[in-house]
Amino acid sequence: MSGSATSSGNGAMRAAIKVENIVKRYGTFEAVKGVSFEVANGEIFGLLGPNGAGKSTLIRMMTTLIPVTSGRALVAGHDVVKEPNAVRNLIGVIPQALTSDQDLTVEENLIIYAKLYSVPRAKRQKNIDAVLEAVDLSKWRDAQTKTLSGGMRRRLEIARGLVHDPSIFFLDEPTTGLDPVSRIAVWEMLNNLKKSRNLTMLLTTHYMEEADRLCDRIAIVDHGNLVALGTPIELKQSVPGSNVVEVRFDRENEQWMARLKALADVTDVQSQSGGFYRVLTSNGSQTTTQLVELAAGLREQITSLSVQNTSLDDVFVHYTGRQLRDEQVKSVFTMPPRPGVQP
Amino acid sequence: MNRMFAIIEREMRKFFRSPMLMIMSMMLPIVQLVILGHALGGHITGARVAVVDEDRGPQAVKVKEAFDSVAVNIATFKTTPYNDEQQAREDVRTGKVDAAVIIPPQFSRRVYAKDAARIGLVVDNTDQIMSGAIESEMQSLVDAVNQPVIQDRIVKNIALRIVEIYPYVEYMKYLLSGSIALAMYISVMIGGGMLYIDDKARGVHEGYLVTPISKLELVMGLNVAGAIKAVLSGISLTIIGSLMAGLGVIFHPGALFYLFLLILGTSIAFNGMMFLMMVRVDDPLVPRAMFGVLNTLLFFPSGAISPVAQFPNWLRWIAVIDPFTYAIHGFKAILLKDGGFVSIQMDLAFLFLFGFGSLFIATPLFKRTL
Repeated sequence: MSGSATSSGNGAMRAAIKVENIVKRYGTFEAVKGVSFEVANGEIFGLLGPNGAGKSTLIRMMTTLIPVTSGRALVAGHDVVKEPNAVRNLIGVIPQALTSDQDLTVEENLIIYAKLYSVPRAKRQKNIDAVLEAVDLSKWRDAQTKTLSGGMRRRLEIARGLVHDPSIFFLDEPTTGLDPVSRIAVWEMLNNLKKSRNLTMLLTTHYMEEADRLCDRIAIVDHGNLVALGTPIELKQSVPGSNVVEVRFDRENEQWMARLKALADVTDVQSQSGGFYRVLTSNGSQTTTQLVELAAGLREQITSLSVQNTSLDDVFVHYTGRQLRDEQVKSVFTMPPRPGVQP
Repeated sequence: MNRMFAIIEREMRKFFRSPMLMIMSMMLPIVQLVILGHALGGHITGARVAVVDEDRGPQAVKVKEAFDSVAVNIATFKTTPYNDEQQAREDVRTGKVDAAVIIPPQFSRRVYAKDAARIGLVVDNTDQIMSGAIESEMQSLVDAVNQPVIQDRIVKNIALRIVEIYPYVEYMKYLLSGSIALAMYISVMIGGGMLYIDDKARGVHEGYLVTPISKLELVMGLNVAGAIKAVLSGISLTIIGSLMAGLGVIFHPGALFYLFLLILGTSIAFNGMMFLMMVRVDDPLVPRAMFGVLNTLLFFPSGAISPVAQFPNWLRWIAVIDPFTYAIHGFKAILLKDGGFVSIQMDLAFLFLFGFGSLFIATPLFKRTL
């Protein structure tokens, strides 16, 4: 594996990626507002946030694609502004869009990128065979890219980013647009690659499950700010309550908020429309029992009830004050109410 | 340098994988060559001319016989006898006939009396090509009729003896140079301009920019690939067009070499110009919108269709800075005249300087970041 991240003269272990107070400004608009974090060697680090949060801007600064307004980013010990080519030689980048040439075959795409990275001729074919094997595309090496499915094309992009043996891998929303089966296949592949190639990975995503299942640590980014950072477990533990009870009452009543907060072990209550409440509690079963008894005593009807562990969605809500999936839906469209159906 | 070759390899693999660019770049010039080559520059035949003979004398008969000889020989026009001058004028106006000849009463008597005999010609001058051809043919006829039966022993008038140093050049041959340049322009516009912006929009360039390729390697890779595509289009159209137009000059090795130099210079000039125009463009609609405008702005003032000397001064200035002008002049010098290196050296100098000059300006403008 080329490009060790521990190339310091003093021999001390150096972070694979170190971002210090980095800012990106477009005119008067600040897309990234002084973000700092470090990514350790061999770690899968996730930048989680809704569309427009600044994730892609951050990754583009780290991969030398856009200039940094202020602050500093070191990738494998090299400053992305002062030594961009040193950085480019050590990183593999998977952009958000599928950009492989559709008219070329799978292998031709890899040959072109191996040449762009100046992979020596003797090593080129060996590397291509290895990455095709790693992404399970060996059988398709002579197929034209346009004949591949979306999942296979994403795997080709991953192979393309690995063809020069990078030590750090940047993936910008690697599973966006893939069906659930292909998405899980990509997750498994990335986990295997991390183990077999000792890769450091930094990925952006707006899928909670993806961040939860793949990432060793997660940074939650919102409106250009880093609002939380930690392992998925640490982040979940940072939210008061270990369980979430989701309950919907038949009738909406203003008093429910106060009644729910008064229950034992409840740490927080979030209200949504239509009599729906999310109750954060340190004892899910106890709270559920109390809640059912309370409703029965008041002769109120519960239409739905579920108990879950705290998810990253709750973490996101806790730190940003709103739900991630709401942000995504809002950014695309708002569903009109169905005629005759109460929301 | 290897990275530059990787870009060229990628572009050429795509080019050969999909022959559409080659076909599209040659389709318009070939259609134009065939249609315009045959439609323009030919002789007018079969124009309808009404003849109103109000004299009916022997000189009128002599004139009508001359008309008949035209009708059966070069067939520029055919005559239809009319009895009414008013009707003939009305038919010219309404387009039933293209012109009307009026032989007035007393025409023969005036001819014999040498008393300023006149024949009237009514033409529809909204169609200047048609009316010009009829006027020219009629003037020749009148001059011929005016010739004395017995020539003077001493010729009093100055005569012009015309020596044409090249065989007759059909319009299709004249047009071929423009068609070659046009094929190369379309190849550069589609294969260079449009694909370049499309690749940018699809994120292909983003893929390049995360690799250690330098700005110069990337610019040169894209431009060399674009120039190779234009050279291939130019060579193909030179061969196909020359065979269609019946030009044997392509079988002379020397001429072929000069044609290749011209094709190379034109490719570099067109590609440099296109890259300079597109270097900061991100919207895929821009090159598509510019395609027709640039085609009109650069192709027509270049002398491809008609000589530059015919243009007003302001249009001649476009011709001076237009690479089409030099490409077409050079192609004509070799294809029509086989004029050798001397006849194209200025054209080559302009084309290469223009191409490299454009690239010299465009390279610093190219952004190595998104």
